[in-house]
Amino acid sequence: MPQMVKAIANEMHIQQAFLSNSTIHTIYFGGGTPSLLSLEQISFLLNNIHQHFTIASDAEITLEVNPDDCTPEKLQAWRNAGINRLSIGTQSFREEDLKWMNRSHNALSAIRAIEQAHQASFQNISIDLIYGIPGLTTEAWLQNVQQATQLPIQHLSCYALTVEPKTALSNAIQKKLLPDINTDEQALQFELLMQWLPDAGFQQYEVSNFAKPGFESKHNSSYWKGIPYLGLGPSAHSYNGQWRQWNIANNSLYLQSIEKGIIPAEIEELTPSQKRNEQIMIALRMKEGIYFNQLSNLFSSEHKAALLSNADKWINRKLMEWLPEVQQLRLTTKGMLYADGIAADLFETT
Amino acid sequence: MKNIRNFCIIAHIDHGKSTLADRLLEETQTIGSREMMDQVLDDMDLEREKGITIKSHAIQINYNHKGEDYILNLIDTPGHVDFSYEVSRALAACEGALLLVDATQGIQAQTISNLYLAIDNDLEIIPVINKIDMDGAMIPEVTDQIVDLIGCKPEEILLASGKTGIGIQDILNAIVERIPPPAGDENAPLQALIFDSVFNSFRGIIVYFRIMNGTLRKGDKIQFVSTGQNYIADEVGILKLNMVPKDSLSAGNVGYIITGIKNAKEVKVGDTITLAANPGEMIQGFEEVKPMVFAGIYPVNTDDFEELRECMEKLQLNDASLTFELETSKALGFGFRCGFLGLLHMEIIQERLEREFNQTVITTVPNVSFHAYSTKGDKIVVNNPYEMPDPTRLDRIEEPFIKAQIITLPEYIGNIMTLCLGKRGILINQSYLTPTRVELIFEMPLTEIVFDFYDKLKSSTRGYASFDYSPIGYREADIVKMDILLNGDKVDALSALIHRSRAQDFGRKLCEKLKELLPRQQFQIAIQAAIGAKVIARETISAMRKDVTAKCYGGDISRKRKLLEKQKEGKKRMRQIGNVEVPQEAFLAVLKID
Ligand SMILES: Nc1nc2c(ncn2[C@@H]2O[C@H](COP(=O)(O)OP(=O)(O)OP(=O)(O)O)[C@@H](O)[C@H]2O)c(=O)[nH]1
Ligand SMILES: [Mg+2]
Repeated sequence: MPQMVKAIANEMHIQQAFLSNSTIHTIYFGGGTPSLLSLEQISFLLNNIHQHFTIASDAEITLEVNPDDCTPEKLQAWRNAGINRLSIGTQSFREEDLKWMNRSHNALSAIRAIEQAHQASFQNISIDLIYGIPGLTTEAWLQNVQQATQLPIQHLSCYALTVEPKTALSNAIQKKLLPDINTDEQALQFELLMQWLPDAGFQQYEVSNFAKPGFESKHNSSYWKGIPYLGLGPSAHSYNGQWRQWNIANNSLYLQSIEKGIIPAEIEELTPSQKRNEQIMIALRMKEGIYFNQLSNLFSSEHKAALLSNADKWINRKLMEWLPEVQQLRLTTKGMLYADGIAADLFETT
Repeated sequence: MKNIRNFCIIAHIDHGKSTLADRLLEETQTIGSREMMDQVLDDMDLEREKGITIKSHAIQINYNHKGEDYILNLIDTPGHVDFSYEVSRALAACEGALLLVDATQGIQAQTISNLYLAIDNDLEIIPVINKIDMDGAMIPEVTDQIVDLIGCKPEEILLASGKTGIGIQDILNAIVERIPPPAGDENAPLQALIFDSVFNSFRGIIVYFRIMNGTLRKGDKIQFVSTGQNYIADEVGILKLNMVPKDSLSAGNVGYIITGIKNAKEVKVGDTITLAANPGEMIQGFEEVKPMVFAGIYPVNTDDFEELRECMEKLQLNDASLTFELETSKALGFGFRCGFLGLLHMEIIQERLEREFNQTVITTVPNVSFHAYSTKGDKIVVNNPYEMPDPTRLDRIEEPFIKAQIITLPEYIGNIMTLCLGKRGILINQSYLTPTRVELIFEMPLTEIVFDFYDKLKSSTRGYASFDYSPIGYREADIVKMDILLNGDKVDALSALIHRSRAQDFGRKLCEKLKELLPRQQFQIAIQAAIGAKVIARETISAMRKDVTAKCYGGDISRKRKLLEKQKEGKKRMRQIGNVEVPQEAFLAVLKID
């Protein structure tokens, strides 16, 4: 067993009380390239998880994979090992886009991977698509989305291309070797997406996530509902309802520390006001928005009143709506475009 | 006392005052070679960056002349028009003045105005032609000009170079021999004139004075005559490059005093210091400064108003020409309406607040002081657009006029005429001072020269023009109040009082500038300039299309919350006008218009 996999199992051991022995409903192998793990390694980790935690019988167990790493044999083996959801990193079905994003796989292998996964009796398959790529016309975007919805998938995550500073991409754009992204076009493609996908049976349940009824990602929804989670491995984040913590990113420092029985994590304890801000930020990204009835321990009636009075201007502009019967404050479809700016505006200043 | 000489150096801007002061300090070994640098007396960061003197600076020199020891108190003064009040206060502490004239430039506008100030103060004038090391030096011509101007003999004019040190010894001799020692009686009741002060965060308030009569000792119980307040003289001393404590100082001398004064408002430049036990009379102080331009200064965060007030009071200690009173703005909250001597002065105040006191402020559209007459015949002084009465109650408005004196070369007469006539100027006189130097006199509205006149003059004469002005009273004018509206809401801090013929053009440029400076928001923004209900210019900022970015899972949550919290923090610095968020730069838009 490689050192890293063993260390992750060790970390599990050290951290087994982190989630206060509550039943685990989702497991997610992601971040990086877990499809490079051998079947044996995946089984080893799953076994360890079962030894240290109580896992619900209907738990959602997701593996993030690259189209290139999928073969019928591997897919079948993953399924047999207990993986019941796949998140396939397709990104696009257009060769031009894949090349632009420097992806190793091609459009055909993505389609093949999805079909093979379906044949391997995966009934919960998610893929991701990127829009707002320079050169992606509206028609091409429509074709891309149509291609996706014709495949046997149940879940779609769609992200606008963002250029992170100090990356090769941002450098190339700065030097005008590549065209810059056009945010107006991105907005248009996002709006179209919010029209198309529901017609194809995929409901938007978060800013960038769409699913057939019943196939919303339980795992991701937990992040947004503030449910505690434990992340394992270098860079992994955890939240226990009180504080957030994240492991050191450096692999060898991580290994050394786990060896000594120490979790190499930085801890951030959240103040009530930070918790409220976080809640506002995540909840607004969700279709349901802020459900005050479920948040009464975090939002006193004064907090609620202040928040609503702040939200008034957004409601007037039809970017938000307030449903008093159910005590729910949420973004409209149009408002989804401004989720960040509106959230920031509704923040409490600390 | 007969061995004291108090003098200042005066000249047109850039004629070399501070550089010449360097040489005097060097020659007399007042400043050692290790501490020496160019324009050593310009010790404010701002002065060094801008390469101009902003504050007068006093320093004491010990000098042995023909076997006898002398104390020379030197005051270096600024040359820019906006700081002439600094010059006038320095003059009150002196018996003589070195009048420098740049050998390549000859007599310029502020040479004349500063000379007249010195003559008004009965000072002995020592004319010096400076920068004679330069290739373009015109010694005979400049000699003629000086002889003409002050009526001295050619041989009374000294030749010098602050760069190479030529003539420095002659200047020192002339200071001792020509400038009279101070009059005054060491044994009379104390009378010391406060000519400057400064707030020092370690020492508290430091007051600079010139003793006219009497003696001031350390530990004396002193009194400020105008306020009647008493203090103990904790420390008295003289000014070298640093402060040097002394046990006592007597009539004729220049020095500083530190007492336990807490409140900046208790110190007034022009006040008299005397002894509580044996008070002398108030001596004549300084003329009140008349601010030329008014503008609002507001804290960026409304909460910082009280702190800003304290800082303004401390800054006023060191700049007696700054005036301010409370004002409120719908857009900006509590702030101050400040009076400045010009736009450079305004810029310097803002910079000093920032650097010396850590105050970031918003400055509003500057304007001159107008007189409005109501239909009932009342006169209303309007220093602020919102003070302008409603047009229906308004009989007429008068604006301040100035007499502008411009000295230039004949080939630029045409350009200057075009510039000044375009600024509603009236040519009053044109005369040749010498065959190659012309003096033009215009009467012009002050408001026209406040904004960009100086820069335009420089560029249309390639720098070969100097300019001075003095107020000559008020004249009727067609002044209107132009408002800026954002999505229909008036932004009081951007209102401007302006001549009707200028409004259209100014309104258009301001709207364009605002379009550049306002960030796109989630909805469209209409920017309008209007006179009353009539819109005269309009720009639109289209709505931002989206702002939501990237995913938001586990580890992204903290990062994103921090990012958005920062964004919110930035917005706190913006001002909400109706539904539009306005960053502070937008309020400075007017100053950036050409
Ligand atoms: N060649 C030459 N240059 C000089 C001489 N004196 C000053 N300068 C230069 O002229 C410029 C202005 O000199 P300052 O001494 O700052 O002039 P100032 O009169 O104090 O200027 P303000 O205080 O701003 O009015 C600087 O660049 C000096 O280096 C001189 O005698 N000869
Ligand atoms: Mg100077």
